[in-house]
Parts: sequence; C-alpha cells; structure tokens
Amino acid sequence: MTDKHHDHPHEDGHEDGPDPMVARVAALEAVLTEKGLVEADALDAILELYETRIGPRNGARVIARAWSDPDYADWLRRDATAAIADLGYTGRQGEHMRAVFNTEAMHNLVVCTLCSCYPWSVLGLPPVWYKSPPYRARAVIAPREVLAEFGVVLPEGTAIRVWDSTAEIRYLVVPVRPEGTDGLDAEALAALVTRDSMIGAGLALAL
Amino acid sequence: MNGPQDLGGQHGFGPVAPEPDEPRFHADWERRAMALTLAAGAMGTWSIDESRHARESLPPAVYLRASYYEIWIRALEALLVRHGFVTEAELAEGRALAPGAAPLRVLAALAVPAVISRGAPVDRAPGDVQPAFAPGDLVRTAVMHPAGHTRLPRYARGKTGVVEAVQGFHVFPDSNACGRGEAPQWLYSVVFEAAGIWGRDAEPGAALSIDAWESYLERP
Repeated sequence: MTDKHHDHPHEDGHEDGPDPMVARVAALEAVLTEKGLVEADALDAILELYETRIGPRNGARVIARAWSDPDYADWLRRDATAAIADLGYTGRQGEHMRAVFNTEAMHNLVVCTLCSCYPWSVLGLPPVWYKSPPYRARAVIAPREVLAEFGVVLPEGTAIRVWDSTAEIRYLVVPVRPEGTDGLDAEALAALVTRDSMIGAGLALAL
Repeated sequence: MNGPQDLGGQHGFGPVAPEPDEPRFHADWERRAMALTLAAGAMGTWSIDESRHARESLPPAVYLRASYYEIWIRALEALLVRHGFVTEAELAEGRALAPGAAPLRVLAALAVPAVISRGAPVDRAPGDVQPAFAPGDLVRTAVMHPAGHTRLPRYARGKTGVVEAVQGFHVFPDSNACGRGEAPQWLYSVVFEAAGIWGRDAEPGAALSIDAWESYLERP
C-alpha cells in the first residue's frame, strides 16, 4: 500500500479492483434521475459553476482590493458579507462571511474540526487536506506544527489565532501584503494571493 | 454527539498531507457525488443540520476510513431512505422499483446559478430577544454530551473564554437537525487561550475561538 492510498482511501482506485464508489454513485444517480428527484441538466449546471466560476480567484480579488483600498479593507473588516457581495460573490457557504486580517503580530488559521465548513463563495470547494482528519485534529492543538508542515514558519513572537468554524460564519483570512508591491495593480496583486494564504495555511507569494 | 466527526485535538492521524496542484476532484464519481448532494439538498426536505448529523452518524470505523465524498454519499443515501424518496433495494439495483415520496421541488438547471448565489442564510429576526452576553464578557461553556447533533466540540466543553463578538441570531443546529424546529438563538464568537483548553500541551502564544450559541454558554 502506498502512502497516497493510505491517506486517500478510494480516491485513486482500489488495490484489488475498481473503486466500489463508482458503481455506488452511478446507481444513486440512476435512481434519482429515474424518479425525477434530480435533473441531469441541473447536475451539469452545478458542476459548471464550481469548475469554472467559483474558486479561489474570487477570494484573491477580494484580498487584492482590500490591499489596494483602505476604505474597502475597513468595510471588509466591519461587514465582510456585504463587502464581498460588492464583488459579486454571494450565496452557498458564504452567506455569513467574516474577514480576519493577518499582521506581523497575529496570524489567523481557519479550520472546521466538526466537518468541512469552508467559504465556498470565495474559495470554491475545499481541498482534501482541509476535510481530512490530520488537519481537523491538529490545527486546533498544534497550529504552529501544522503551519510548519505547509512550509510556513512564523517568527516566535507572532501569535496564532485558530478559528474553528463551528457555526455558519465562514472565515476568510486576509494575508499580509508582501513587501515591494506598492506599484502593482489589483490584477497583479491578486496573482500573489494563494488559496492556502486565505485559509491561513500559507502566506501571500513574494514578488 | 460524541461521534467520529468531533476530531479536534485527537492524535494519531499523522501529518497533514497537502497535495501539490491538487485537482478539484480526484475521480469522476466525486464530481457526480458533489452535484447529486447539492441537487438533492435543493429539494428542500432536509436542512444542512440534518445533513451534517447524517454524516456524523455513520459508524466511526466507516467515517474515518472514507473519503469526504464517500461520507457525503453514504449520508445522502440515508437521508433519501429516511424521507421515503428511495429504498435500499432501489439503491442496490440502481433503478426505480416503486413510487416514493414526492419532492417539494426539483432543482432545474436554469435555476442553479440563482439558487447557489442566494444560498441559505441562517440568520433570523431576533424580535425583542436581547443577547445575554456582550463582547468582553467572561463565559463558561456547558459540560454536556448529547447523543444528538451539537456544534459544541468536546475539546471546548466546560472551558472558560471571552465573548469577542455577537455574530447574529442564528438557527440552532442542535434543534434543527432532528426536526425540532429552527429555534434560533444569539450566536457568539468565544475565544480561549490555548493553555485553557490544552493545558501543559498547548503551544505558547496560541488562542482558539469557536462560534457558540447562547445555550452553550453560562456565566462562570
């Protein structure tokens, strides 16, 4: 058994034959469509949205605007749901948003220990690691160790704040703006904002 | 419930394994699983709370060895059977055998963008219900071990923290998950020093917060 199989059971097929989830999900889809409970075109429309329109580039545009516009940053701090909606990002798993701002003194990290709560409207679908037991178990008790596993080593003096998303508030981390980016426009700034940096599991890219 | 979902602080799962250039889905069945879960949820028969409760009610050994989309599918099957839409026999055979419950509504493709961009807000009008706590208040979380759904993690029970913000008047999952109604309550962001939760095993300089409904909290 490889480590990959160990960490992601079922996801890349099975050691001894086809992944049983393939037939299981196909059977479920067949029953639901035959009974008229779901429409095949609606499934395609859902996938089209999450595969082409809703993803971490949305969040990166929010961050870039907050870095460029102090009034917008202030709005984002006071009423993230409205400030984010101003860019057109609303709805499912982003109904109640809160933005938390990293500083040199304080680093924020977001987790959902109880399930996989994640701000879909700005980050899209969560990565496997975010939904998996190692992260959910350890982000709360050993956040500095977890950050190191992502290659993020914070100065000893930087405090860490972990946000466990136990309700329907969804957290977006605003990473520290990299140095030397004063002349960049919003698009160039957004390119520096990684998905992980908006969870707190990474930093914005240096120029 | 003290189920397999309540993972905060557990040991033994190994290091976090971020995957470079992770694909959005790892197999086509995961794509179908995600879309089916959303489309079936849009029938409006169950809430997100009942859905979460169905996932965490999987046997611990099943939950912990399943990928997340497998957890979703197993829970979706349970919800569909519970509410009379499909039978176990139909799922086993992959075809309809008898008419089942009629859905309140069926999601149409044209409605998908609007349904997703509207979402399902859970804030409700508080009327004349005032929040019992204010930012800065010291609070103690309840000691409780309900067999049903709850969003107060085990690690955060019976702990003293500080109310940092009033987050709104929100549907109460512990009630809503099991058909006892939305019963909304004030919701608070409560922050704890890591040492107050993990004691001698806390990392220095760390703090941790949860969102806690009012009935999870008492004055210390």
